[in-house]
Order: sequence, then structure tokens, then C-alpha cells
Amino acid sequence: MNPIAHSPHAHAPVSIPKVMGTVLLALTPATLFGFWLFGWPAINLWAVSLIAAILGEAFVVRMQGRAVRPVLMDGSGILTAWLLALSLPPYAPWWIAVLGSLFAVVVGKQVFGGLGQNLFNPAMAARVMLLISFPLEMTSWVAPAQAPGWLDSLRITFMSQPLDGMASASLLGHVKTEFTRGVGLDQALSGYYAPQHMLMGSRAGSLGETAAVLLLIGGLFLIARRIITWHAPVAMLLGVAVPALLFNAIDANHYAGPLVHLLSGGLMLGAFFIITDPVTSPNTAKGQFIFGLGCGLLTWIIRTWGGYPEGVAFAVMLMNAATPLIDQFVKPRIYGRDRKGAALSVEKR
Amino acid sequence: MLSAKLFKLRGGVHPEGRKNLSAERHIRTLPLPQKLFVPLQQHIGAPASPVVNVGDKVLKGQLIAVAQGAVSSSIHAPTSGVIVALGDHVAPHPSGLPVPTITLQSDGAENWIACETIADPFALTPEDIAARVGAAGIVGLGGATFPSALKLNLSRSSGVQTLIMNGGECEPYLTCDDRIMRERAAEIVEGIRLIAYAVAAQEILVGIEDNKPEAIAAMQAASVDTPVKVVAMPSMYPMGSEKQIIQVLTGKEVPAGGRPADIGVLVHNVATAYAVQQAIRFGKPLLSRLVTLSGGAIKTPCNVEALIGTPVEELIAFADGYAQPAARMVLGGPMMGQQFTNTNVPVVKGTSGVLALTASEIGQAEPSPCIRCSTCIRACPVGLMPVEMVSRIRASDLAAAVDFGLKDCIACGSCSYVCPAHIPLVHYFNYAKGDLAAQERTKLKQEATKKLADARNERIARIERERAEAAARRKAAREAKAAKAAAEKAAEEVA
Repeated sequence: MNPIAHSPHAHAPVSIPKVMGTVLLALTPATLFGFWLFGWPAINLWAVSLIAAILGEAFVVRMQGRAVRPVLMDGSGILTAWLLALSLPPYAPWWIAVLGSLFAVVVGKQVFGGLGQNLFNPAMAARVMLLISFPLEMTSWVAPAQAPGWLDSLRITFMSQPLDGMASASLLGHVKTEFTRGVGLDQALSGYYAPQHMLMGSRAGSLGETAAVLLLIGGLFLIARRIITWHAPVAMLLGVAVPALLFNAIDANHYAGPLVHLLSGGLMLGAFFIITDPVTSPNTAKGQFIFGLGCGLLTWIIRTWGGYPEGVAFAVMLMNAATPLIDQFVKPRIYGRDRKGAALSVEKR
Repeated sequence: MLSAKLFKLRGGVHPEGRKNLSAERHIRTLPLPQKLFVPLQQHIGAPASPVVNVGDKVLKGQLIAVAQGAVSSSIHAPTSGVIVALGDHVAPHPSGLPVPTITLQSDGAENWIACETIADPFALTPEDIAARVGAAGIVGLGGATFPSALKLNLSRSSGVQTLIMNGGECEPYLTCDDRIMRERAAEIVEGIRLIAYAVAAQEILVGIEDNKPEAIAAMQAASVDTPVKVVAMPSMYPMGSEKQIIQVLTGKEVPAGGRPADIGVLVHNVATAYAVQQAIRFGKPLLSRLVTLSGGAIKTPCNVEALIGTPVEELIAFADGYAQPAARMVLGGPMMGQQFTNTNVPVVKGTSGVLALTASEIGQAEPSPCIRCSTCIRACPVGLMPVEMVSRIRASDLAAAVDFGLKDCIACGSCSYVCPAHIPLVHYFNYAKGDLAAQERTKLKQEATKKLADARNERIARIERERAEAAARRKAAREAKAAKAAAEKAAEEVA
């Protein structure tokens, strides 16, 4: 007979690998679009990221004397590397992907004690590390154009061939540069910004961050499958859109409108796939809303007044640090108790 | 009647019901077993004390063990026969340890005691009804097995506004309440009215989950022209938990650490109402109960009326045995029931189901690390944060776990059920509750010991002090005597 087991003697058909697999599935449309848009270099970079994460995680878990298979099979390392790859410039050299992936799974996750223990989102921690350490490689964008052939792609990814004639700037980077030259928004955006292109994702940007509509579909799929809830994503989009709307109304020539903000940079990926990481976000629905709002506001502030054109990664890490604090103060009310935890008073009849 | 206002409930889960396995099977009476094993403790409180001896001949319904103390319940002979043993028998508990049990050899005659039939039970006083319910050995048949008479008396003294009859049966697989409501609705409604009369309730609500439309229809038909109001509740686990059914039907919450009576509510199970009706109207004590036999490993799932003390083995044989080897045997429902390993365990007053589950039904898997997905927080009907509680318990910080609401946990298992990491959360909570109780007992013991030790030290100090004082007194007396003698001697010499 089996050892005695405690109730319940039934279980919902869920598991960690299933959760991670569903998220990967939700990411697939935007990823495939990125492959189509940027061609072979994007595929190379994505593959290198995943391989580096798997090998790196296997190595450190083995060093800890733990079983490697269950750790790799939980799918969290692959998801981290996948998210990181989507946030990289598609023509970035291979060592950027390797360094980033290793940093994400080793320093970002395993050093903290493995799955569920890390304070910061590993993918965003790696992205911030790369951005600070290798600003040139991390901001070399290309305009979606005739995708290079496979052999050319190997030269781009593995031999760091310069991007002659293809270099471009992301919308947010372009606006920031134009501001420093004293050029207003109306001029800066003309010819650079077309909402339909932004929506579909045919723009310069990170490997998998450009297709706003596909990321939105992926996010809605996750909400429908109850992997995530609407609270954090909606709050983050509000956190960006509301101040953008207000300031745009005050000075349209200096502050970009909500649509520009919503459709550019890593906002969609961040709102639906990054800040919904359960490990590094608050526990309660209300806490997640506050968290998302903070991520959105900070993103908008960094984009508008900060030194970097894009702020999602910084905003997420700042709010990650605030997560234990949010969890400390935002708790559900317990049945039969008031908000402060005291027993409800007995009605005298 | 179905349009009653329902209130919102927090959390909850929707496990696969699997009630269709046995829901359409009529209640059948189990053939009379040869031997019945009747434990002395089948209820919350003190075990009953036997009033028969080995060799005694007993009649069906005769008192064989009497309630002891304030919280206890009497036990009656389930059939006529001879008492063959007063000893230990395997308990319906995961440990399978033996517990004091009366063993009754059936004579096959089913000779009843003389039962008093009452034509108009509403002519009895409320006190009399409670006394008769107590004498019949009736306990809460929903599974909690709290002595019903005590609940009636406590409720009458504190005043009850609303009587809620629990027909939720939210546990998967179980269909015995469903069947009893379909087949014995008139008796149940009379029982409900008797309970309401005994506690002077002004409002009577029968809550039934909407996955039992036939039971709802039967109960409605039986309660026409009575103050009994049947309410369909959404199907959700744990809708049939006392605190949750109160919340969904009245919008009120039982204060933490309190009882439903504190907010003028009394909750009884529908099967208990049937037992009350049988006891008051026909003078029949509680001798049997309905049990659902189900699970993927049972050949013919069904609902049976089994005498208290019937070995579970005989129930399984009645259901044509196993369809395949059972991965786990469970008494009660799968969400809160207890595993058992010895099929010799008897049916007791709280046995609502006997399940033989297959591995795929259990869905057990090795626990993996918590990803803080907070599914458990969304599932908790009480508003707890299981993810936080379990991390505190793992660190042996029980005080912090209590701050997160450990003592408010109703152990419904919703969190464990939904956890994608398969962490046995409720197991941790029950372990911590036990540890906490042990710690509190140890603390009380230590305080008592300290008090005794302090008293002893003080006593020893006092005795020493008194001894020293006595010695000093004696010394002083001796010296005074010597001085006196010396003075007398000197005086003599002078003289």
C-alpha cells in the first residue's frame, strides 16, 4: 500500500511545465512575426539564447548537486531566455545573447535559490545589465527591410558584421535624439510614425517587441486560460496611457500621445509577459494592480524625462524591488475578520 | 422560491463532480452483516461509555453506550444480537490504529425495542425535542459529527433567527444527500420543521447546489405550504462548508473564533433532519446512514443505507467489488476525506462515502518549487494567503503563520487542489495546527511546572528561614541560660 496521503485526494489538471508551456505558446505568434520581419539573424539570436540558458542552468544546477532534469523540465529557464531574446535588437551579436542568457538564469535566478526565489525578473535584470554594459550593441536597431540570407545572417550574428545601410533608430530613440536637437514632436514623428505599422509591428525595434497586436492576442489568450489576470497588464497600460494623454493635451509638441506610447518599445511585451511573472510580482489582485500601475508610470517617466529612450526594464526592476512591500500591505480580508485582522463584532439583537 | 437573493462568496474551486457515477442509483439497503463493529467514539467530544457486557443479548435500537460529559453522544445497537466483544478494532482513521469498539453478533431477527410513535410531534416542548434528539444519538451527518441535541440547546439559549439546512453536498462523487432529498423529501421537510420548532427559528432556508435539479424539485414539492424555503445555490466547492453556506445565503459572516449562533444562525445537514424526524416521530434512534460507494476503481458505484458498524468490505462487495486495483481508498469525499488502508474499518455516523480511486483520479505528482503564482490565494474561500503561510511554516515560524490566518483555515483543500506545483498546502496547515496545539499544551504545562517549582523553592526557603530562626532562638535561649547560670554562680561565690 502507498504511504498515507493527506486530503485532497483529487487535483486540478495543472502543473508548472503546463503553465510555462502555455506562456511559450502565447509568445509564439509574436516570435514568429519577429523571425519573418528580421529574418535569419533573429532566429540565430533566439536559438543561441535558448541553448545558452539550458546549458548554463544545467551546469550550475549540477554544481549544486541537484537533479538537473526536473529543473530543466519546468520550462522556466527556457521562458526566461525566450523573453530575453525577444527584447534584444535582432541583429545583436551572439555573445550578447549568451551573456544575457547566462546572467538571467545563473545570476538572475539560480543564485537566489532557483525557481520562485528571485526578487527581480531574470530577463529584465539581464536586459538592464546588457544595456548598461554594452549600450552600442543594445541600441543598434535595423529597419525591417529585405531580410538577409542565411549565410549573411551567420556573419551578422556570429562575426558582428557592421549593419551597413540598414541601421535605423527605434521610434522612442529617434524622438529622444530629435528632442536633443531641438526638433519638436510633430516634425520628429512625421514619416516615422504610422499607427497601422506600429500596430502590426513593421518597425525598427527589439526582436519580438514590435507586433503589438500579436502580443495583445497572446496576452488575452493567457488571461482566457487563467494563467494571468487582467489586473497588472491593464494597470500598466493605464499607467502609461493616462499621463501620456494628460501631458499630450497640455503640450502636444513635446509629449507624445498615448497611442505612440502604447504601441512602441517593450510595453506590450512588458505588460502581458514580463510583469505578469508570478515570482516577482505581488500576490493579490489589488497588489498586482498597484504593481502594474507603478510599472506603467515609471516607464512613462523614464521615457519622457529619463536619459534612456525606453524604460520598461528599469521600471519593472524598480517595482520588483517594491513587491515585498506591496505584499506586506495589500492582503485579502479574512472571513470573519475586519481589514485589520480583528474578529468581527457579534451583532447584539 | 428559487429567486432568493444569493450573496457573493470569495474564492472556491470547481473540481470535476463525478457525481454521475452514482447519482441515478436508488438507495438500497445493505444485507444484514453477521458482525457489526460499533466504535464508542463516532462524534466530536468524549467517547460514550458502554452499558452492556460481553454475552448480553440486545435488541435493535437498544442503548449500548451512554454519552459522557457535556459534549458526547449515545450509541445504540444497530441490530438485535449478542455482544461478543468489548475491545479494540481498527479505527476509521488514516492511522488505522485500534479504538475501543463494541462488537455485536447479529441474530438475523432484527427484533426492535419498543418504539414510541408520536402522532403530533409539535405538541412536544422544544426542550423535549432536543432531549429526544440527544437520546437517539443523533450527530451532524454532514461529516462534522457534532452532537445535534447540544447544537439545538445552545441555539435555543442564544436565539436563532435563521435555520439553514445544508443540502450543498459540494464534495465530488458524493450523492447520498442528493438521493435522500430525492427519495425522502417529505420526511426531511418534517424533520426541518421540527428542528425549526425546537429552536424557534423565524426563517428556514434549504440550500442545495444547482447541480442537483431533481433534489431541488423534490424538496420544493415537499415544502409547499410550509415556511421552508428551498434555495438553489451555484455549484462550487466548498459551498457546503458551514461558514460558506451561511455567507452565500445570508450575507453574514461568522466572527473569527465564534459560532454561527453568534449571528443568529443554525446550520444542520439535510440527512440529520431525516434522522431527527425518524427519532421524534417514530422513536427510532440513529442506527444507519446513507453511504455513497464510488470512484473509478469501484465496479458498480451506488448509494446504500448501511447499519452503523458494517465493515466497509461488505459495502464494497455489495458494489460488485473492484473494477481495477484502487490506488487509494478514501472515507468521505475526495477533498476533505481521509485515506484508509484496512477495509475492515466500520461505517460510522460520519461516513458519507467510501471511495476507491484510481491514480488518474487522484492526480498526484511530486511537489515542485512554488512559483508564487497566487492561484491558492484566489482559490481560498476564507481570504488567506496559503503561499505566505506555507513559507512561514517551512521556516518553523508558526507565529507568523498565525498572523497570516492559520487558525482561520477551514482545511477545505481548495489551495492544494489548484496548486500547479502540487505542494500539499493543507497538509502543512494541519501539521502546523497540530504543532501549535502541542506547543500551547507544552507552554501550559511549563507554566504549571514553573508555578509548582516556584512554590517549592519558596516553601524550602521558608522552612530554612524558619529553621534558622528557631536555631537562633534556641541559641539565644541557651546563651541567656548560660549567662544567667554564670551570674548565679558569680553571685553564689560573692555570697
